[in-house]
Amino acid sequence: MIFVVIPAYNEEKNIGRVVRGLIQYGYANIVVIDDGSCDKTGEEARIAGAVVLHHTINRGQGAALQTGDDYILLRGASVAVHFDADGQFDAADIAPAIKLLQEKQLDVVLGSRFLDNRSRIPFFKKFVVFPVGRLINFFLTGLKLSDVHNGFRILSRHALEQIHITQDGMAHNSEIIAQIKKKNLKFAEQPVLVYYYEYGQGIGGGLKILRDWILAKLIK
Amino acid sequence: MLAIQLILIALFALIVLKTVFRFRAGDLNWKELIFWLIFWLAAMVIVISPDSTFYLANKLGIGRGADLIVYVALVLLFIMVFGLTVKLEKMNRDITKLTRKNTLNNEEKK
Repeated sequence: MIFVVIPAYNEEKNIGRVVRGLIQYGYANIVVIDDGSCDKTGEEARIAGAVVLHHTINRGQGAALQTGDDYILLRGASVAVHFDADGQFDAADIAPAIKLLQEKQLDVVLGSRFLDNRSRIPFFKKFVVFPVGRLINFFLTGLKLSDVHNGFRILSRHALEQIHITQDGMAHNSEIIAQIKKKNLKFAEQPVLVYYYEYGQGIGGGLKILRDWILAKLIK
Repeated sequence: MLAIQLILIALFALIVLKTVFRFRAGDLNWKELIFWLIFWLAAMVIVISPDSTFYLANKLGIGRGADLIVYVALVLLFIMVFGLTVKLEKMNRDITKLTRKNTLNNEEKK
Protein backbone atom coordinates (compact mmCIF):
# COMPACT_ATOMS: atom_id res chain seq x y z
CA MET A 1 0.00 0.00 0.00
CA ILE A 2 1.24 3.43 -0.96
CA PHE A 3 0.82 6.20 1.59
CA VAL A 4 1.43 9.88 0.96
CA VAL A 5 2.63 11.78 4.05
CA ILE A 6 2.16 15.55 4.08
CA PRO A 7 3.25 17.67 7.05
CA ALA A 8 1.25 20.89 7.05
CA TYR A 9 1.42 24.03 9.14
CA ASN A 10 -0.99 26.85 8.35
CA GLU A 11 -1.52 25.77 4.76
CA GLU A 12 -5.31 26.15 4.52
CA LYS A 13 -4.95 27.92 1.18
CA ASN A 14 -2.94 25.14 -0.48
CA ILE A 15 -3.60 21.88 1.32
CA GLY A 16 -7.02 21.18 -0.25
CA ARG A 17 -5.65 21.61 -3.76
CA VAL A 18 -2.61 19.44 -2.99
CA VAL A 19 -4.72 16.60 -1.56
CA ARG A 20 -7.24 16.70 -4.41
CA GLY A 21 -4.40 16.69 -6.92
CA LEU A 22 -2.96 13.54 -5.35
CA ILE A 23 -6.37 11.83 -5.33
CA GLN A 24 -6.77 12.68 -9.01
CA TYR A 25 -3.56 10.80 -9.67
CA GLY A 26 -5.01 7.80 -7.89
CA TYR A 27 -3.36 8.02 -4.47
CA ALA A 28 -6.08 7.03 -2.01
CA ASN A 29 -4.09 6.91 1.23
CA ILE A 30 -3.14 10.45 2.05
CA VAL A 31 -2.10 11.35 5.58
CA VAL A 32 -1.89 15.03 6.46
CA ILE A 33 -0.24 15.92 9.75
CA ASP A 34 -1.74 19.17 10.90
CA ASP A 35 1.19 20.45 12.92
CA GLY A 36 -0.72 22.60 15.39
CA SER A 37 -2.00 25.03 12.75
CA CYS A 38 -4.08 27.99 13.88
CA ASP A 39 -6.04 28.08 10.63
CA LYS A 40 -8.33 25.52 9.01
CA THR A 41 -5.58 23.33 7.54
CA GLY A 42 -6.92 20.16 9.20
CA GLU A 43 -10.49 20.78 8.10
CA GLU A 44 -9.54 21.60 4.51
CA ALA A 45 -7.44 18.44 4.28
CA ARG A 46 -10.22 16.26 5.66
CA ILE A 47 -12.81 17.72 3.30
CA ALA A 48 -10.44 17.09 0.40
CA GLY A 49 -10.26 13.44 1.43
CA ALA A 50 -7.15 12.97 3.54
CA VAL A 51 -6.74 11.28 6.91
CA VAL A 52 -5.74 14.09 9.27
CA LEU A 53 -3.53 13.66 12.33
CA HIS A 54 -3.35 16.58 14.73
CA HIS A 55 -0.32 17.72 16.65
CA THR A 56 -1.77 19.59 19.62
CA ILE A 57 1.09 22.09 19.42
CA ASN A 58 3.44 23.05 16.61
CA ARG A 59 6.55 20.85 16.63
CA GLY A 60 8.09 21.49 13.22
CA GLN A 61 8.20 19.75 9.86
CA GLY A 62 10.62 17.02 10.90
CA ALA A 63 8.49 16.12 13.91
CA ALA A 64 5.32 16.01 11.80
CA LEU A 65 6.95 13.79 9.17
CA GLN A 66 8.03 11.28 11.79
CA THR A 67 4.52 11.20 13.26
CA GLY A 68 3.20 10.46 9.76
CA ASP A 69 5.81 7.75 9.22
CA ASP A 70 4.96 6.09 12.56
CA TYR A 71 1.27 6.16 11.68
CA ILE A 72 1.58 4.64 8.22
CA LEU A 73 3.92 1.94 9.53
CA LEU A 74 1.10 0.92 11.88
CA ARG A 75 -1.29 0.97 8.92
CA GLY A 76 0.89 -1.43 6.96
CA ALA A 77 2.43 0.90 4.39
CA SER A 78 4.76 -0.70 1.85
CA VAL A 79 5.77 2.57 0.20
CA ALA A 80 5.78 6.08 1.65
CA VAL A 81 5.75 9.30 -0.32
CA HIS A 82 6.91 12.46 1.46
CA PHE A 83 5.22 15.44 -0.13
CA ASP A 84 4.98 19.15 0.63
CA ALA A 85 1.76 20.90 1.65
CA ASP A 86 2.41 24.16 -0.15
CA GLY A 87 1.87 22.82 -3.64
CA GLN A 88 5.44 23.17 -4.86
CA PHE A 89 5.60 19.57 -6.07
CA ASP A 90 3.84 17.92 -8.96
CA ALA A 91 1.89 14.70 -8.23
CA ALA A 92 2.86 13.48 -11.71
CA ASP A 93 6.41 12.97 -10.46
CA ILE A 94 5.37 10.30 -7.94
CA ALA A 95 4.56 7.39 -10.25
CA PRO A 96 7.92 7.35 -12.11
CA ALA A 97 9.74 7.62 -8.78
CA ILE A 98 7.86 4.65 -7.31
CA LYS A 99 8.53 2.72 -10.49
CA LEU A 100 12.25 3.44 -10.13
CA LEU A 101 12.14 2.35 -6.47
CA GLN A 102 10.48 -0.95 -7.29
CA GLU A 103 12.33 -1.79 -10.48
CA LYS A 104 15.75 -1.22 -8.99
CA GLN A 105 14.70 -2.49 -5.57
CA LEU A 106 15.87 0.69 -3.89
CA ASP A 107 15.11 1.83 -0.37
CA VAL A 108 14.88 5.54 -1.07
CA VAL A 109 14.28 7.79 -4.06
CA LEU A 110 15.09 11.46 -3.52
CA GLY A 111 13.65 14.23 -5.62
CA SER A 112 16.07 16.60 -7.29
CA ARG A 113 15.45 19.93 -8.96
CA PHE A 114 18.65 19.78 -10.93
CA LEU A 115 18.51 16.61 -12.95
CA ASP A 116 16.39 18.22 -15.59
CA ASN A 117 15.58 21.86 -16.28
CA ARG A 118 11.86 21.95 -15.62
CA SER A 119 12.13 23.89 -12.36
CA ARG A 120 12.56 27.64 -12.65
CA ILE A 121 14.95 28.32 -9.84
CA PRO A 122 15.68 31.89 -8.76
CA PHE A 123 19.14 32.93 -9.92
CA PHE A 124 20.65 33.62 -6.50
CA LYS A 125 19.39 30.31 -5.15
CA LYS A 126 20.71 28.34 -8.09
CA PHE A 127 24.21 29.75 -8.15
CA VAL A 128 24.89 30.77 -4.57
CA VAL A 129 22.55 29.21 -1.99
CA PHE A 130 22.36 25.68 -3.38
CA PRO A 131 26.06 25.13 -4.15
CA VAL A 132 26.93 26.23 -0.61
CA GLY A 133 24.12 24.10 0.80
CA ARG A 134 25.30 21.08 -1.18
CA LEU A 135 28.83 21.48 0.11
CA ILE A 136 27.73 21.77 3.75
CA ASN A 137 25.40 18.82 3.30
CA PHE A 138 28.23 16.76 1.88
CA PHE A 139 30.42 17.56 4.87
CA LEU A 140 27.64 16.77 7.31
CA THR A 141 26.28 13.62 5.74
CA GLY A 142 29.00 12.23 3.49
CA LEU A 143 26.59 11.75 0.59
CA LYS A 144 27.04 13.67 -2.62
CA LEU A 145 23.69 14.70 -4.04
CA SER A 146 22.60 16.97 -6.84
CA ASP A 147 20.03 18.68 -4.63
CA VAL A 148 19.75 19.74 -1.02
CA HIS A 149 16.72 19.89 1.18
CA ASN A 150 14.22 18.64 -1.25
CA GLY A 151 11.09 17.40 0.55
CA PHE A 152 10.14 14.95 -2.20
CA ARG A 153 11.02 11.41 -1.15
CA ILE A 154 9.86 7.88 -1.80
CA LEU A 155 10.68 5.38 0.95
CA SER A 156 10.34 1.62 1.02
CA ARG A 157 8.95 -0.02 4.15
CA HIS A 158 12.46 -1.10 5.02
CA ALA A 159 13.64 2.52 4.83
CA LEU A 160 10.65 3.65 6.92
CA GLU A 161 11.62 1.20 9.62
CA GLN A 162 15.28 2.24 9.53
CA ILE A 163 15.02 6.01 9.36
CA HIS A 164 14.06 7.80 12.51
CA ILE A 165 13.84 11.59 12.43
CA THR A 166 14.88 13.31 15.64
CA GLN A 167 15.36 16.77 14.11
CA ASP A 168 12.07 18.55 14.67
CA GLY A 169 12.91 21.50 12.45
CA MET A 170 14.21 21.72 8.90
CA ALA A 171 17.49 19.91 9.65
CA HIS A 172 15.55 16.64 9.33
CA ASN A 173 16.37 16.78 5.65
CA SER A 174 20.11 16.40 6.20
CA GLU A 175 19.37 13.93 8.97
CA ILE A 176 17.49 11.62 6.61
CA ILE A 177 20.38 11.77 4.14
CA ALA A 178 22.86 11.00 6.91
CA GLN A 179 20.79 7.99 7.97
CA ILE A 180 20.58 6.72 4.40
CA LYS A 181 24.35 6.69 4.38
CA LYS A 182 24.76 5.28 7.88
CA LYS A 183 22.24 2.46 7.45
CA ASN A 184 23.47 1.63 3.96
CA LEU A 185 20.13 2.17 2.30
CA LYS A 186 20.08 1.93 -1.48
CA PHE A 187 18.99 5.20 -3.01
CA ALA A 188 18.74 7.11 -6.26
CA GLU A 189 17.84 10.62 -7.29
CA GLN A 190 14.95 11.38 -9.56
CA PRO A 191 14.23 14.66 -11.35
CA VAL A 192 11.20 16.49 -9.99
CA LEU A 193 9.49 19.73 -10.87
CA VAL A 194 9.47 22.39 -8.18
CA TYR A 195 7.20 25.40 -8.51
CA TYR A 196 8.53 28.55 -6.88
CA TYR A 197 5.79 30.59 -5.30
CA GLU A 198 7.80 32.05 -2.50
CA TYR A 199 11.48 32.25 -1.89
CA GLY A 200 11.55 29.59 0.78
CA GLN A 201 13.84 29.39 3.76
CA GLY A 202 16.50 31.91 2.80
CA ILE A 203 19.91 32.10 4.40
CA GLY A 204 18.64 32.60 7.96
CA GLY A 205 16.78 29.31 7.64
CA GLY A 206 19.94 27.64 6.41
CA LEU A 207 21.91 28.90 9.40
CA LYS A 208 19.24 27.62 11.76
CA ILE A 209 19.52 24.19 10.16
CA LEU A 210 23.26 24.23 10.73
CA ARG A 211 22.78 25.28 14.35
CA ASP A 212 20.23 22.49 14.96
CA TRP A 213 22.60 20.00 13.43
CA ILE A 214 25.60 21.01 15.53
CA LEU A 215 23.49 21.01 18.67
CA ALA A 216 22.25 17.50 17.94
CA LYS A 217 25.85 16.31 17.50
CA LEU A 218 26.77 17.78 20.88
CA ILE A 219 23.86 16.11 22.64
CA LYS A 220 24.71 12.64 21.41
CA MET B 1 33.94 49.98 53.67
CA LEU B 2 32.71 51.27 50.34
CA ALA B 3 29.02 51.66 49.59
CA ILE B 4 29.24 49.20 46.71
CA GLN B 5 30.66 46.59 49.07
CA LEU B 6 27.75 47.00 51.47
CA ILE B 7 25.20 46.80 48.66
CA LEU B 8 26.78 43.69 47.15
CA ILE B 9 27.09 41.92 50.49
CA ALA B 10 23.46 42.65 51.30
CA LEU B 11 22.49 41.36 47.87
CA PHE B 12 24.53 38.18 48.21
CA ALA B 13 23.13 37.57 51.67
CA LEU B 14 19.63 37.80 50.23
CA ILE B 15 20.57 35.34 47.48
CA VAL B 16 22.00 32.92 50.07
CA LEU B 17 18.74 33.14 52.02
CA LYS B 18 16.77 32.56 48.87
CA THR B 19 18.94 29.55 48.02
CA VAL B 20 18.24 28.03 51.43
CA PHE B 21 14.51 28.60 50.99
CA ARG B 22 14.63 27.01 47.56
CA PHE B 23 16.38 23.99 49.08
CA ARG B 24 13.74 23.72 51.79
CA ALA B 25 10.99 23.90 49.18
CA GLY B 26 12.63 20.99 47.39
CA ASP B 27 13.68 22.89 44.24
CA LEU B 28 17.38 22.25 44.89
CA ASN B 29 19.11 19.06 46.00
CA TRP B 30 21.99 18.77 48.48
CA LYS B 31 24.72 19.07 45.89
CA GLU B 32 23.23 22.16 44.31
CA LEU B 33 22.71 23.77 47.71
CA ILE B 34 26.35 23.26 48.68
CA PHE B 35 27.62 24.43 45.30
CA TRP B 36 25.63 27.67 45.42
CA LEU B 37 26.40 28.36 49.08
CA ILE B 38 30.13 28.02 48.43
CA PHE B 39 29.77 30.12 45.29
CA TRP B 40 28.02 33.04 47.01
CA LEU B 41 30.14 32.89 50.14
CA ALA B 42 33.25 33.04 47.98
CA ALA B 43 31.73 36.01 46.19
CA MET B 44 31.25 37.71 49.55
CA VAL B 45 34.84 37.08 50.55
CA ILE B 46 36.03 38.62 47.29
CA VAL B 47 33.84 41.67 47.80
CA ILE B 48 35.02 42.17 51.37
CA SER B 49 38.67 41.72 50.46
CA PRO B 50 39.21 42.25 46.73
CA ASP B 51 42.96 41.87 47.16
CA SER B 52 42.47 38.22 48.04
CA THR B 53 42.20 37.41 44.33
CA PHE B 54 45.41 39.25 43.56
CA TYR B 55 47.61 36.36 44.69
CA LEU B 56 45.88 33.79 42.49
CA ALA B 57 45.70 36.19 39.55
CA ASN B 58 49.42 36.81 39.72
CA LYS B 59 50.15 33.11 39.82
CA LEU B 60 48.12 32.70 36.62
CA GLY B 61 49.82 35.62 34.95
CA ILE B 62 46.84 37.94 35.07
CA GLY B 63 47.67 41.43 36.26
CA ARG B 64 44.66 42.35 38.34
CA GLY B 65 42.43 40.34 40.64
CA ALA B 66 39.37 42.01 39.12
CA ASP B 67 40.36 40.73 35.69
CA LEU B 68 40.59 37.19 37.02
CA ILE B 69 37.07 37.47 38.37
CA VAL B 70 35.74 38.71 35.04
CA TYR B 71 37.45 35.87 33.16
CA VAL B 72 36.20 33.20 35.53
CA ALA B 73 32.70 34.66 35.49
CA LEU B 74 32.63 34.67 31.68
CA VAL B 75 33.77 31.07 31.44
CA LEU B 76 31.22 29.98 34.04
CA LEU B 77 28.47 31.84 32.18
CA PHE B 78 29.37 30.18 28.88
CA ILE B 79 29.34 26.76 30.48
CA MET B 80 25.97 27.43 32.05
CA VAL B 81 24.44 28.76 28.84
CA PHE B 82 25.72 25.73 26.98
CA GLY B 83 24.26 23.41 29.60
CA LEU B 84 20.92 25.20 29.40
CA THR B 85 20.87 25.06 25.60
CA VAL B 86 21.44 21.32 25.65
CA LYS B 87 18.81 20.87 28.31
CA LEU B 88 16.29 22.89 26.31
CA GLU B 89 16.98 20.84 23.20
CA LYS B 90 16.38 17.62 25.12
CA MET B 91 13.19 19.03 26.55
CA ASN B 92 12.06 19.97 23.06
CA ARG B 93 12.61 16.43 21.89
CA ASP B 94 10.66 15.05 24.82
CA ILE B 95 7.78 17.42 24.08
CA THR B 96 7.78 16.20 20.49
CA LYS B 97 7.67 12.59 21.65
CA LEU B 98 4.76 13.38 23.93
CA THR B 99 2.92 15.26 21.20
CA ARG B 100 3.45 12.38 18.76
CA LYS B 101 2.28 9.78 21.26
CA ASN B 102 -0.79 11.84 22.01
CA THR B 103 -1.55 12.22 18.29
CA LEU B 104 -1.19 8.51 17.58
CA ASN B 105 -3.21 7.52 20.68
CA ASN B 106 -6.05 9.80 19.63
CA GLU B 107 -6.02 8.23 16.20
CA GLU B 108 -6.29 4.71 17.63
CA LYS B 109 -9.31 5.63 19.73
CA LYS B 110 -11.29 6.72 16.67
